[in-house]
Amino acid sequence: MLGFIIQRLLQALLVMLAMSALVFVGVYAIGNPIDVIISPDATQDIRAQAIARYGLDKPLWEQYFIFIGNLLRGDLGRSFVFGMPVVQLIMSRLPATLELTLVAVIGATLIGVPLGIYAGYRPESPAAKAIMTASILGFSVPTFWIGLLLILTFAVWGGMLPAGGRGDTVSVFGVEWSVLTLNGWKHLLLPAFNLALFKFAMMVRLSRAGTRELMLTDTVKFARAAGLSDATILRRHVLKLISIPIVTVFGLEFGSTLAFAVVTETIFSWPGVGKLIIDSINSLDRPVMVAYLVLVAALFVTINVAVDLVYALLDPRLRPGERS
Amino acid sequence: MTSASPFAGAWREFCENRTAVLALAVVVLIVLAAVLAPWITPQNPYDIGTLSLMDARRPPGYVGSGGYVHWLGTDAQGRDLYSAILYGLRISIQMGLAAGLVSLVIGGTLGIVAAYAGGRIETAIMRVVDLQLSFPAILLALVLVALLGQGKTQLTAALVAAQYAYFARTAYGAASAERRKDYVEAALAIPLSGRRIVFRHILPNVMPPLIVVATVQIANAISLEATLSFLGLGLPVTEPSLGMLISNGFQYMMSGRYWISIYPGVALIVLIVAINLVGDQVRDQFNPRLKR
Amino acid sequence: MSALLEVENLATHFFTRAGVVKAVDGVSFSVRPGQVVGLVGESGSGKSVTGYSLLGLVDPPGRVVGGSIRFEGQDLVTLPQDRLRAIRGRRISMVFQDATATLNPVLTVGEQMLLVVKAHEALSDKAGLSLALDALGRVGIPDPASRLRSYPHQLSGGMRQRVAIAIALLHRPALVIADEPTTALDVSVQAQIIHEMRELVRTSGTAVIWITHDLATVSSLADDILVMYAGRVVESGPTRTILRSPRHPYTLGLLDSVPSRNPPGVDLPQIPGSTPSLLSLPPGCPFAPRCGFATDVCREMPAVSQADGRTWRCHHPRGVAA
Repeated sequence: MLGFIIQRLLQALLVMLAMSALVFVGVYAIGNPIDVIISPDATQDIRAQAIARYGLDKPLWEQYFIFIGNLLRGDLGRSFVFGMPVVQLIMSRLPATLELTLVAVIGATLIGVPLGIYAGYRPESPAAKAIMTASILGFSVPTFWIGLLLILTFAVWGGMLPAGGRGDTVSVFGVEWSVLTLNGWKHLLLPAFNLALFKFAMMVRLSRAGTRELMLTDTVKFARAAGLSDATILRRHVLKLISIPIVTVFGLEFGSTLAFAVVTETIFSWPGVGKLIIDSINSLDRPVMVAYLVLVAALFVTINVAVDLVYALLDPRLRPGERS
Repeated sequence: MTSASPFAGAWREFCENRTAVLALAVVVLIVLAAVLAPWITPQNPYDIGTLSLMDARRPPGYVGSGGYVHWLGTDAQGRDLYSAILYGLRISIQMGLAAGLVSLVIGGTLGIVAAYAGGRIETAIMRVVDLQLSFPAILLALVLVALLGQGKTQLTAALVAAQYAYFARTAYGAASAERRKDYVEAALAIPLSGRRIVFRHILPNVMPPLIVVATVQIANAISLEATLSFLGLGLPVTEPSLGMLISNGFQYMMSGRYWISIYPGVALIVLIVAINLVGDQVRDQFNPRLKR
Repeated sequence: MSALLEVENLATHFFTRAGVVKAVDGVSFSVRPGQVVGLVGESGSGKSVTGYSLLGLVDPPGRVVGGSIRFEGQDLVTLPQDRLRAIRGRRISMVFQDATATLNPVLTVGEQMLLVVKAHEALSDKAGLSLALDALGRVGIPDPASRLRSYPHQLSGGMRQRVAIAIALLHRPALVIADEPTTALDVSVQAQIIHEMRELVRTSGTAVIWITHDLATVSSLADDILVMYAGRVVESGPTRTILRSPRHPYTLGLLDSVPSRNPPGVDLPQIPGSTPSLLSLPPGCPFAPRCGFATDVCREMPAVSQADGRTWRCHHPRGVAA
């Protein structure tokens, strides 16, 4: 087991290195960042000074090594725009995004999986057809447009929920959380729902397809022949079997939900990293872009490793060193 | 079962799903409307000369200075929204088709080459593809657009980069299954027959799943383009796609002028959902596991 | 002795897009307590569907459309689902072909057995597990206590099938339906399991319906044999008599193709042609197109004949003076 973990971590490290190089070259090699930092009518002297200060006069590979060296020390540079360390900037925004994403993904799973199992168990029932229609809509309607509709319906016309912002937060261990106040939940509800819809659709499809296939297998037939009720079969046999692909998707989708938060955060003015990256793209604030991408890549790699480990916990066949 | 050709049989099966037939009709109708836009709209929304700020932000049904009814209202520049939507659809569909087809060719080729070449080439291509598949498409497109700048070509490139991997995976899966069959193994032993095998055997087997992916990915490309344009990272203002129309209307929505955002959105959603419904049926038809 | 199970005119049809498939069409037979009945036929003969029909486990688009299944004083065809569920696994249970596919790979043997115990009895985990231990011991699994904690993939194929049999015997049912339970196993393991089943049946008094395509396997085990073809029973009777003097040409063909009944080094005789499509059965005897004895009269469906405790459905029975 330990060997397996070490092997996975080494792989993860390699992927991270490759990703950081790609991101670095992609972001630094194209265009000229110096034009963003200084005003166009600055003198050549000021220009050269600025270039030297940000290390932009060195060859690309040297810049990369400096970047990696700094990265290992937890220093990802300073934002051109905010003038503060990027790590600090991102860390101040990250809790808001994590909170939004977690609520969305967990909500989508808790509601989507049972509905999907039902739709797979009784595929011809009207309820199953309604569930599937909802999931097709959730899949195909762009997130940003649903967000607009939500704001229009609940904030502009209904006046029930706020259209944007984060609301009251409570500080726990120095991190601000909205989920601990009623006002915070009010602000969180619409963006979380918006972000959850796509994942909900995915969870419904995944568990429906899994259940439909499993219902035809001999495992279910044998359980039925042994007198188990359908409810028990769904809860104990089917749920346990489909939980394997669901955990995978949960993990992988957590990452992509984090990315999609970019759109939701922009619509609902949610002060997370997603909004930060859009702003930094618009202002060509490269250190922020690089740091964000490296962070996302790191998150992805971490999640992948975590998914592999949970996988092994759920599926006894994959547990290394447990063969008889 | 007696069918004249496999195509006729597939068509008959397709027609059994009424939702899918309706969806296909909607897609055809929208594409026709977009193509014929210059002839069936009262105004060319890109011709600044015909716009009047007097007509700006008027609700649906308003009769403007042009003397005709703005059935869907007007936007902040006084554009007739109905005209703007049809012209916007032209751009959205163009972008979706361009991105979908280029991804199909590039991704399909990479997948087949990987399945065919084997060895290191296979490993290299598929590693990159898999790595990219695990990375969210929207982020990739976002960064590329930010780096490449705005414009149709740049945007298409970003969409292709975000999507080709799906085609490559699919083509690889289908082609390597075919590759392992005995007749291909046997034919490969004869030199100079490679091209023949690709065109006669591999392509016909790889195309059906690729077409399924293509329908879905065209819809995704349209959606992704709209999202990028909404975020202000898509096409330049001179060529407003649906996403930009929606984005422009967003700021007026808070004051209750919903139509500027909502109607272009409805057009976009109807198109995307219709394509997806068609794609769903096509996929079910190609999925042997659901057939009994 | 009165019958434990009496099936009369059972009909199970599948309503597919291409038409109605009459998988089981007018099947009648009975099973006495403790009796072992072999249900023999090629794939598609309706033997497995007959087994599923007894338990009410036919998947849509299939449905039992006629006949009766009398078991311990109740008609299983008209019994409501919840009452039928209480019988499944407790009074009648079933063993399937491949235990690799029937056992849930992500639950331990103990967990799976406990689910079956609790489906019928409100017992504590501890009491349930001791029942499971006992059942594992009965089917000859060594060190049953540690096997309870094993996952199916940690067991050998033979052990897995023994676990499945133990699950079927948990509640000491009156009848076990065994659907090709040894087909997926190595020949040596096959023989072992058949031997163990024979002992189990004899000591516990459980009746068995042994479904198989293999006449040789069943002949060493079954008291009576039913031969099915195209959804109908074409011949039935005591095993020994049927093996000695088959009446139906189809049974004859099956017997002739058993390797041990032929001299080594000679090609095995085979029944020409293949099983007919149940979608387009010709009127008359369904075996006629493959039968060497068929005449014009075979274009009509033969009636069931009966004599000396055996039945057959043929216009030209072998060994009977015309």
